[in-house]
Amino acid sequence: MRRQLHRLEPAAILGVMSRDVSLFGKYWKATTFSSIVEPTIYLVAFGFGFGALISEVGGIDYLQYVGTGVVASAALFSSVFPGMFNTFVRREFQRTYDAMLAAPVDVEELVTAEVLWISTRAGVYCMSPLLVAILFGLDPSPGIVLVPLVGFTTGFGFASFGVLISAIAKSIDNFNYVTSAVITPLFLVSGTFFPVSELPRGVEIVAQVNPLYHTVQLVRDAVLGGLGTPDLGHAAALAGFAVVMWRLAVWRQGKRLID
Amino acid sequence: MTTPPPAISLRGARKRFGAITAVDGIDLDVPAGICFGLLGPNGAGKSTTMRLLTAQALADEGEITVLGFRLPEESKEARIEMGVTPQLDNLDVELTARQTLQVFARLYRIPRLERRDAVERALRIANLVERADTRVSELSGGMRRRLLIGRALVHQPRLLLLDEPTVGLDPQVRQELWSLIDSQRAEGVTVLMSTHYIEEAERLADVVAVMAAGQIVARGAPAELVADYAGQRVLEVYGPPARLAEVAEEASRRGWPTRRSGPAVAILRAEELDGDAPEGVPRAATLEDAFVVLTGEEIA
Repeated sequence: MRRQLHRLEPAAILGVMSRDVSLFGKYWKATTFSSIVEPTIYLVAFGFGFGALISEVGGIDYLQYVGTGVVASAALFSSVFPGMFNTFVRREFQRTYDAMLAAPVDVEELVTAEVLWISTRAGVYCMSPLLVAILFGLDPSPGIVLVPLVGFTTGFGFASFGVLISAIAKSIDNFNYVTSAVITPLFLVSGTFFPVSELPRGVEIVAQVNPLYHTVQLVRDAVLGGLGTPDLGHAAALAGFAVVMWRLAVWRQGKRLID
Repeated sequence: MTTPPPAISLRGARKRFGAITAVDGIDLDVPAGICFGLLGPNGAGKSTTMRLLTAQALADEGEITVLGFRLPEESKEARIEMGVTPQLDNLDVELTARQTLQVFARLYRIPRLERRDAVERALRIANLVERADTRVSELSGGMRRRLLIGRALVHQPRLLLLDEPTVGLDPQVRQELWSLIDSQRAEGVTVLMSTHYIEEAERLADVVAVMAAGQIVARGAPAELVADYAGQRVLEVYGPPARLAEVAEEASRRGWPTRRSGPAVAILRAEELDGDAPEGVPRAATLEDAFVVLTGEEIA
């Protein structure tokens, strides 16, 4: 039996993902619980808290503004942290990746499979804030069907970013630097809770290179019926971010996994 | 009659980690169908050699072929036909034994309809049928080792790489694993096993290569190595430290090969001694004697 194997083989990618699926059978309840409860808390806290002071932002009801914005946070948190922590633990402590790389799987397939799995989950779970917001009175436009795709692309980029960080970090404690200095600002300066146009000019420019800003804009336009030409730009920015981060993650993880 | 190509061939393989040369230009052929033991002290470069064969370490120099595939270019093709048991347990503790095997049945590209049978077969080989649905974290050390070997055999590979297969296990479990490994060899699987347990190499390996400081210092059947490097008989001379020093001094003066053997000095090739040898306990030479001669007395 002599067979030619190629790059990015579906069989290898699905094989790696089958492990994630087996594990998911154990923790899906906890994941689902937090994916519903977290956005509910944001909506209640910000929607009713700030909502009492501000009724509208740019012509959008504040509860709807936050309800659509939190979709991006859900996609961010459900992808960047698994990308960082799970890959670090599996590589350094459980040595799962060492085991898989002794089988006919290469680093590119391994990283791609992990990122695909995380982003698929992000695409599904980013819908929970919208379900909660609908209970609170959001009336979505048909564009809502595009949201899982936006969540998936966002998740793909941030999961790859997480994998990249896990490949660069010397120890798991180093993640604190990234969480405080990168993830928290990205989360806050994204137009989720307040428009970036309210920020000082310099910060506003920075906000526009924040991939999460593009996620927020796309989701808001899709759900509230405002899709237009600018959204092509937002989509291109997100896709570009995803591809660049994916390639960087494959490259750096390869340096850590292959001696 | 032409000899079949070797299952593994390394030519001038060298691997450095910074200033350290872990594998220092080794040439090695492992013929198909045998159990080959890579014997050496800790840090000799055995694990790095094993990682070179799966392309999990890339050689700085030299040529490596595995099952006729050139590494690293064709390493994926080679890996599909070999199974690997690592030195450090890398099982997924959250999965059950069966789930572990199911994941690897996919990774090894076993067609969907054959996967169930392959998993059952591997569970039988690993003697884990009863514990198939137990989580790995709840299996004993011996069971986990068996599962590691079953995982490496789920796709019926032609080549099995075992890196220190019984390290840290009790004698009963070691015996059990040895018979498992031996049964694979009997079925025609080529086995390359690294070990620093001399008895393991002596029991299982048809051919042994002794590694020290990144190089292969000797190669042959265990009995040949014993005969070549330690002779037939060994005389162990016991006594207080002063007496041992005296015996060692006499041995070196008269050109007798010796080694320290715990509380004794062991004079090798005792069959060549004249009648004036010191009082001692004679015994047959072992692979351990040859090993110490080849790899040195000092602990690196």
